[in-house]
Order: sequence, then C-alpha cells, then structure tokens
Amino acid sequence: MPIYSEKVMEHFMNPRNVGEIPDADGVGEVGNPICGDMMTFYIKVKDNRLEDVKFKTFGCGAAIAVSSMVSEMAKGKTLDEGMMISNRDVADELGGLPKNKWHCSNLGAEALHKAIEDYRSKQAREA
Amino acid sequence: MAETARRVYADSAATTRLLPEVLEAMLPYLKDVFGNPSSLHDWGAQAQEAVEQARGQVAALIGGRPEEILFTSCGTESNNFAIKGLARAGQERGKHIVISAVEHFSVLHSARALEKMGFELSVVPVDRHGWVDPDSVARHLREDTILVSVMHANGEVGTIEPIKEIAQVVKGKSKAVFHTDAVATAGTIPVDVAELGVDALSLAANQFYGPKGAAALWLKRGVRIIPYLDGGVQEGGRRAGTENVPAIVGMGVAAEIARRELATRMKKLTPLRRRLIDGVLSRVEHSILTGHPENRLPGNASFCIKFIEGESMLMLLNSRGVAVSSGSACTSRALKASHVLSAMGIPAEVAQSSLLFSLGIDNTEADIDYILGVLPPIVDRLRQMSPLWAKFVKERR
Repeated sequence: MPIYSEKVMEHFMNPRNVGEIPDADGVGEVGNPICGDMMTFYIKVKDNRLEDVKFKTFGCGAAIAVSSMVSEMAKGKTLDEGMMISNRDVADELGGLPKNKWHCSNLGAEALHKAIEDYRSKQAREA
Repeated sequence: MAETARRVYADSAATTRLLPEVLEAMLPYLKDVFGNPSSLHDWGAQAQEAVEQARGQVAALIGGRPEEILFTSCGTESNNFAIKGLARAGQERGKHIVISAVEHFSVLHSARALEKMGFELSVVPVDRHGWVDPDSVARHLREDTILVSVMHANGEVGTIEPIKEIAQVVKGKSKAVFHTDAVATAGTIPVDVAELGVDALSLAANQFYGPKGAAALWLKRGVRIIPYLDGGVQEGGRRAGTENVPAIVGMGVAAEIARRELATRMKKLTPLRRRLIDGVLSRVEHSILTGHPENRLPGNASFCIKFIEGESMLMLLNSRGVAVSSGSACTSRALKASHVLSAMGIPAEVAQSSLLFSLGIDNTEADIDYILGVLPPIVDRLRQMSPLWAKFVKERR
C-alpha cells in the first residue's frame, strides 16, 4: 500500500461531496476504467460562482481523496478561480501524493475544468 | 494502526509469519554461533553443520537429495538463477525458451532479459481459469528448445498447474530442461520432485512460516547450471557468497514442520477457503471468482468485485483490520493491471477490481465470518461512489 499523508487518508475515509447533481449546469468526465481511474464532476453555477460541486469516482485511495479535495476547494469559487485550481494545488492541499499517484491529481483538476468548460459552452450556445 | 474489532491477516501469499519454534531454532545463529561456514575452525564447522542439517530438511520436504539443494536469498533469486543459469548452460544446444503467460515476474522478466540477449521466447497462453494445457506446451516445443518453465501454482489466482503432465510432454518431445516455480506450493501442498518429473524447482521459506532471506533452488543431480553470482565456492561452487546461516537454519526447521503438518494444514484451510468463496459470491452481487474453481491452492480465494477498484477496497478493509492484496493497476507501482488476470482474458476494467484473500494456518471460521461481515458494506460504499456502477444501474433499469 502506498504511504499516504494523513490528509489523503482523512479525505479517503470521509470523502466530501460524493454524489450526482441531477440538474447539473456542467458535467466533466475524465479517465477510463482501463487505466485505473475515472472521475465525473457535476457543478451547479449561480452568479458566476460554483454554488455546488459533486463527484463520482472509480479509482484508488488517491483518486478518491483528490476528488474530495477538488470539490471542497472549488465550492464557492468563481468560475475563473475554479479554472485556476491546478493539479499542483490539489496535491499540496493534500499534503503531497506518492509520485506514482500524481496522475490522480491531474485527473481531479481536469475533471473540474471540463465541467466548467461544459457549462460555458452551454451558455455560449444559449446566448 | 487503526483499532478494530478484529485483526485478520489474509495475505499469506505475500508472506507468512515466523513460527515461534523456527525463531527459537534461529536465535543461537544470530548470537553465539556466528561462524562463517567456509571457515576451517570450529566456529565455521558449527555453522557448516547447521547449514547441512537444513539442507537435509529442505530436501526432505520436496523428496530431493540434500546435495541437490542450493540455498539462495529469496524466491526471486531462485527463479533468476534457474532461468538464466539453465538457459546459459544449454545455449550450445539451442536458444529457445518456453514459459507460461502467468509466471511470476522473476521468471517472466528473467526470460525477457534473455530474449534481449539473443534467446527466443515462446509464451504459452492459459485458459480462463489460468490453467496451462499440456498440449498447448507441446505445440510450443521445438528442436532447439532448451528450457521450459511453468509454475506449480499461481499465488495470485490459486490455480494449480498440471506439472506432472507438462513434464511428460517436455521430456517426451524435447531435450529441454524443465523448471517449475514452486514458491506458492512448497510447504503448502504436497511437492515431490520425482513425482512431478521436473529438473529444477524453486521454493522460498517465507511462504511456509520460515524467515525471509532464505530460499532454495533444487537442481536434479547431473543438470548443468551456470552460476549467477561469481565468487567463492559456496554451495558446491554454484552460488557464491557467505550463507545466511540463521535464515537457512530457520528454513530447515520450517520445512520439517511443514512436512509434518502439511495434511493438517490443508484440511484446515480448504473448508475455510470454501466458506469464504461461497460467502463472497452469495453476499456480494457482481463478484466473480478468479482462478480454477476446484483445483486451487487450499488458502486462495481470489475475486473480481466489479465496478470498483482494488486499492480502495484494500484500504477500507485495512481500516477494518483485514489485510489483503489486489492485482489492480493502482496497487502496482508500475500502474499496470495484473498480467495474470489479463492472460486469463479478464477485461482490464474488471481486473481493476481484483481482490485476493490468501488464508494461512492462523485463520479461523470467525475470521471468515468477520470478513464476510465487513466486505459487503465496503463494496456498497465504493459502488455508491463509482460512476461505473451508476451507469450500470441506469442501464439495468
């Protein structure tokens, strides 16, 4: 088993914001089960802010902890601020990740960004 | 370490614990009897005597002669020694090697290393149970085949291979030397080199309640091998280096106990395994047994629990005091799903959900019932989190 930080273990054991948002304003799906991890992020947007963020994740301890951390970091932020959350920020907030789990933090940030982009492209189509 | 209602070690395939009798036997060699077996004085002679006694005990476990036992440091070394040493010894006769697709990395990667050095490698496929068909081995044999290696049993899925039948095929149709990796079986199920008909066999002490740091390669009298370590003339000049005397002594005693207790251990483990397999398959929907349903190691219960990933299951089981393994990509440092499951035709996303329980002599019915109590809620919890499960449920409706 990889040596995970206390923070990773805490988020893995008690993940925040697990679930789906049925009437989500944006959805971001990344990864695939063949390479090991898959994440789906759902966002609800109000006044240009991430009012609600939820996720579903198939993957290892790090993948689940990353998803939980990203959702917590993103909630309440503006869309631009959400787009600024980087994989590095997520890994730092989690007190670091083992090297072979870095790709998990990439996936988490990417899934969030995709959900925001999904929302923005929908907005653009409606406008 | 979390405080849990119960602590259940179900990872005997990784390693077993040291029996107290084995530790007791080792202690003098970690203290007062510290001589180097190669030394000519009394200190050396005493150590030498202990190593020779262990050689006899290990030979007896597998029905070999003491002089046919070469001590090594671990199963991986035994397999490297066998594959590389036997291939190099046979290279004037040919350069073709045959192994199965489910071999341990220490065999597979040794063979791949030889391939880079100019040897040719054929990998025999397995069926969906991880079983190697002797006829399939026969089809891969050639005039210039010099070495065949098929494991006695696969520790990851438990399947026991038809080594005796494969040996007959190899001996009947080729001039190849036949090696079997018996690390998962020696000390666990009956292993008799004459009965199996092999030329070389690897075994490791930490798989049968002996110490880490001692293992052996049994090499039939008359079979040539090129040494892997160059140096002094220890182990008949075939494996140089000062012997790990305490560990070798421990291996000997563990082998003697294993030989005595083998039948009792098997009789204890087999029903526990059955209880665990039946329990998981009936209580966890969309779980499948991997490996052969009947012809498997007595303590091995391996599954794929679809729609969730192995490492997260492993971690949650650990938080409830249960130690297991998984062949998922996330649990491997190389981030690749198990080559064994893949060779059995299990799709990559299903292999991600691999979960391996390997029971040992300390496990009890109460342990099994505890596992069967804690596992289903863990699976539910991870499935509630899984987008794959959500998709499956939607499509099912």
